[in-house]
Amino acid sequence: MQVRVLVRLKPGVLDPQGRAVHHALEGLGFTGVEDVRVGRLIELDLADGTDEATIRQMCEKLLANTVIENFQIESIG
Amino acid sequence: MAFRAAVITFPGSNCDRDMASALEAVSGVPAIRVWHADAELPERLDLIALPGGFSYGDYLRSGAMAATSPIMRAVVAASHRGVPVLGVCNGFQVLTEARLLPGALLRNAGQRFVCRTVPLTVENAASPFTAGYTAGETIRIPVAHHDGNYFADAETLDRLEGEGRVAFRYADSCNGSARDIAGVLSENGRVLGMMPHPERAIEPASVPALGGADGRRLFEGLLASFASA
Repeated sequence: MQVRVLVRLKPGVLDPQGRAVHHALEGLGFTGVEDVRVGRLIELDLADGTDEATIRQMCEKLLANTVIENFQIESIG
Repeated sequence: MAFRAAVITFPGSNCDRDMASALEAVSGVPAIRVWHADAELPERLDLIALPGGFSYGDYLRSGAMAATSPIMRAVVAASHRGVPVLGVCNGFQVLTEARLLPGALLRNAGQRFVCRTVPLTVENAASPFTAGYTAGETIRIPVAHHDGNYFADAETLDRLEGEGRVAFRYADSCNGSARDIAGVLSENGRVLGMMPHPERAIEPASVPALGGADGRRLFEGLLASFASA
């Protein structure tokens, strides 16, 4: 089974990388970009039947730092 | 009895030798070098030091991979027994990732790597790590980091300040850190994480190019605390 974990900075946590990308987009002439946040996408290939609780533990213990980041787990087949 | 300090080396640590050298310069005893894959620490340690660098290439998040290494399980256990732990720069990042200290170190707000000697205000001179200083004094210590922007929620920051756990503050804005926090102590005061590098400031003040001597007092204070303990 394959699972996708989306890790994002929590709302309100400053994202300097997103801000730099925002400025770069404006520098390229794109208008109307109001905000940019950069996150991380992690794809996991797991043994069939791995339960959601285990995947959540993987996120909490390593894949995300829950002090600053939120994560979302999505099954992709 | 000789001062027994261990310096942990992770793949990508690059200040481990500086840390060992500073500890030896001040204590007169060579520090014990410990490799990240070791599962056990030497016995009867007076200090564990986690050095600066880019452990595991900063993969995932600065300090995140190192926090999962075998030796960190031993460091966490030793810390829970009360062995003092000092984390500098990447070592501070590892300590937050290992949850020995609250908060996290984000990318610098200015997006740039900051590498210069900065003034710090000593906020708490009562811990074993800061006993060589006077509360309120300004010292100069080099910083060199990209991810030094200290973050914690407002409640945690209030608690840290209320409990005197902010050890050092940047006297001038440095990297966007919440409340200009440069170093924090654990609840029992026996773990210190700081972004500035005291081990790079142990030479006499007559050699300012080498960072000054203000960092030396951190190690001297630690030794004095150890001797009186």
